[in-house]
Amino acid sequence: MACAYNDMELMVCVASRLLSDHSMVVVGTGGPCAATMLAQRSHAPNLVAMFEAGGVGAQLEALPISVGDSRTWYRGITSGSMADTMNALARGQVDYCFLGGAQIDPFGNLNSTFVGGSYDKPKVRFPGSGGANDLASFAWRTMVITPQDPRRFVEEVEFLTSPGFLTGPGAREAAGLPPDSGPYKVITQLAVLGYCPETCRMRIESVHPGVTLQQVQDASGFELLASPALAKTQAPTEQELELLRNEVDPEGLFIRR
Amino acid sequence: MSDALPRGIGRIFTDPDPDALRAHHRKKSKGMVPKVTTVRTAIERFVQDGCYLASGGFGGVRIPTALLHEVVRQGRSGLGFAGHTTTHDFQILAAGNCVDRCDAAYIVGLEMRGLSPNARRAVQSGDIELTEWTNAALLWRLRAAAMGLSFLPTRSMLGTDTFVQSAAVELHCPFTGKTYAAVPALSPDIALIHVHRADPYGNCQIDGSTVADLDVAAASRHVVVSCEQLVSSEQIRSEPDRTVIPYYMVDAVVEVPYGSYPGNMPGEYYSDETHLAEWLTVERDPQAFAEFLQQNIHGVEEFQSYLERNGGIDRLRELRRIELLIDAGEES
Repeated sequence: MACAYNDMELMVCVASRLLSDHSMVVVGTGGPCAATMLAQRSHAPNLVAMFEAGGVGAQLEALPISVGDSRTWYRGITSGSMADTMNALARGQVDYCFLGGAQIDPFGNLNSTFVGGSYDKPKVRFPGSGGANDLASFAWRTMVITPQDPRRFVEEVEFLTSPGFLTGPGAREAAGLPPDSGPYKVITQLAVLGYCPETCRMRIESVHPGVTLQQVQDASGFELLASPALAKTQAPTEQELELLRNEVDPEGLFIRR
Repeated sequence: MSDALPRGIGRIFTDPDPDALRAHHRKKSKGMVPKVTTVRTAIERFVQDGCYLASGGFGGVRIPTALLHEVVRQGRSGLGFAGHTTTHDFQILAAGNCVDRCDAAYIVGLEMRGLSPNARRAVQSGDIELTEWTNAALLWRLRAAAMGLSFLPTRSMLGTDTFVQSAAVELHCPFTGKTYAAVPALSPDIALIHVHRADPYGNCQIDGSTVADLDVAAASRHVVVSCEQLVSSEQIRSEPDRTVIPYYMVDAVVEVPYGSYPGNMPGEYYSDETHLAEWLTVERDPQAFAEFLQQNIHGVEEFQSYLERNGGIDRLRELRRIELLIDAGEES
């Protein structure tokens, strides 16, 4: 029987399935945190969450509001410091990270600094990198959870805050970033996107239930290629939705937004 | 999209020369003497117009709210500011028009809560000069100063516009040839840090994440600490492994219970999301915001009255229960 679900629930469930057991993920608040908690309660009980301000291995009982608040080390392994997290990233101990942004381009480069105007006098200023550039520089696999529309998915980001594949194959390494690190998946309300290994350009890997390939393309400001192994996303299962609604976010702080 | 430049175009707001910091520290008193004072005196004495300020904690977690309110109340201006995941702290200083230059890693936002309309206005107007960084880059800039160095190498920022708008310089490793961004040491004139416990000399304990506070304290020329509780030196000495910031880094100690409110104080009270949401709402209307600031900061003699205004002991008791995940059931 098909269950009703909203876009956020779908994105959280899909993101959760991409996290493997016995791995380390640096997470932000909101969707990434919900995806991590769901994974821990289903297929990845030994997945360890690390937060930017230092918390490691929390047995999350409540969604944190800040990546530095006390929830991020609730019944955890260590409360740590920001240097502990950043150093673990830099020395290659972090498998996954989750990011978002105001704009993303075909190479997975992200803008969370400003849009419109100039750097000195921006039309709309956003927070900036925070730790996003650090995560995108160092995590082995960067995942992005984001709503998809042509204003967000742009041919060229107005400001390259955090590195994707930069200008294409070999560009990260040429810039000095660690080899084999970088963009992995983009999860939107329409599809799961990945990257073509030859060109490093974003492509459609699976289309969500009830969505057409054309709809995914229409919601992007640049041409999306289709993966040769194009698949259909599995809808959230009853069990996933039950865990999400009853255990991960019972107050609907995030998933009902 | 830009090609990586070998040198960022941002300005360095503070002197990265370690010998300048060494000369300062040679003269700074190492005397283990009581340093307890009042919020007003501490800010009058250590925060001058034009100086460069850093705040401890993590934006909405263990922040020195009481000290920052006093900076606004005393009308400080022309301040430089270290913005590493600064959320409500930057919001407070922006409300007071205190800052005119900022090393920005994370500003104007409050994480999941949204963006501060007033802090955005301040930045979008161009009134605050920015140099762009990442949280790790700012952390390592502070650590360089704390280590008595003028820079540290990092691989953060490489290949991005964040690097272009920073003041980092590319360099190559003499051993491996790898490319790094050299980030200049950052030594704030003054750090304001809120901790759980301090003794009268300034030996500080922090419960939970220390964020970057040891680096902030060690890198800064002067440090003012506010604490939830003033404790005896014997208590500190009975568990010396728990001391995070030692007295010789600290210039003044102020006891301010609930001094991080409306921020989270780990193990003590959770963030007051209702009051933080009120800030974000009222900021949309500059007139209403001016009145709000008058009621909550300018027209308030001391921090205790601010707490009273926003629910007092009942609200703080609620926030303690939220923090400790205590389900008290239905109280009649």
